[in-house]
Amino acid sequence: MSTLKPEVSSHDHIQGAASAAITIVEFGDYQCPYCGDAYPIVKEIQDAFGDQIRLAFRNFPLQESHEFAYGAAVAAEAAALQDKFWEMHDALYENQYRINADLFEELAETIGLDLERFQQDVEAANVKQKVEADFESGVRSGVNGTPSFYVNGTKFDGNASDLYQMLKESTS
Amino acid sequence: MLEKGATAPDFELNATPDQKIKLKDFKGKNVILAFYPADWSPVCSDQMALYNEMLKYFSKYDAQIFGISVDSVWCHLAFEQDRKLHFPLLADFEPKGKVSKAYGVYDEEVGESKRALFVIDKEGKIAWSYLSPTAVNPGADGILDALEELTKK
Repeated sequence: MSTLKPEVSSHDHIQGAASAAITIVEFGDYQCPYCGDAYPIVKEIQDAFGDQIRLAFRNFPLQESHEFAYGAAVAAEAAALQDKFWEMHDALYENQYRINADLFEELAETIGLDLERFQQDVEAANVKQKVEADFESGVRSGVNGTPSFYVNGTKFDGNASDLYQMLKESTS
Repeated sequence: MLEKGATAPDFELNATPDQKIKLKDFKGKNVILAFYPADWSPVCSDQMALYNEMLKYFSKYDAQIFGISVDSVWCHLAFEQDRKLHFPLLADFEPKGKVSKAYGVYDEEVGESKRALFVIDKEGKIAWSYLSPTAVNPGADGILDALEELTKK
């Protein structure tokens, strides 16, 4: 059974309370259609379980398969430097159907980022390092495709719908 | 299936219509063999696409990866081009499954290689092997753990 390495920490982007009983980590790729399908289901899970769960997202862009996946991951990490990671994360999935190299600045503007700073940050070494560190964490944790979910540190064998079902059963 | 400590059987297989790969030419390098059932499995969860993204991690451990299935060289070529793969896929095509059988990972019933991983050390000994359920992509964490173990020695 594969386990999450390293554990969730302050380096992660997290939604939800630290006191939550269940921590879900998603490894995702913004251009992967299966991740796009999972996005609304993960939102439903968050709505349904509220304070009981917290969600962390780590980047796992398959650059060779998905031309814009790495750029999208970098854009989200650059947005994080202006405290708008989740706004960019959501905007990327909601606009996945039209992803291309010009989309990132457009979304940066839509979510109200300082554009000049965003343009600098997408080139910054520390932003790229964050994406690569996430990817390496996925590799070491046994990610075998996207999306991959970890529940309290253990790899969950299934998609977002399976995850929802499992949570319903385990909390009822 | 061959286990840790066994000598890795040598082989000579086509990577392209006019290029053959001999295992013994890779003495002095770590080698990863990824046997898999067939080209053209679904994209996002595809094992070969995943390894394609990991080549820099493998080279960090001085390791060369080869994918092996019973598909022909032409099928491999089309698959490599479609998925932009940057490592060789070997055709265990004629006699069919000979190398897979030598490693003990041939599925006689369906006539394909099983989904199995081998890490071979620089002296040509098997350092780690793993048989995955056919439907499950085993990822790369086991490979990296095995390579890390080898470099510690």
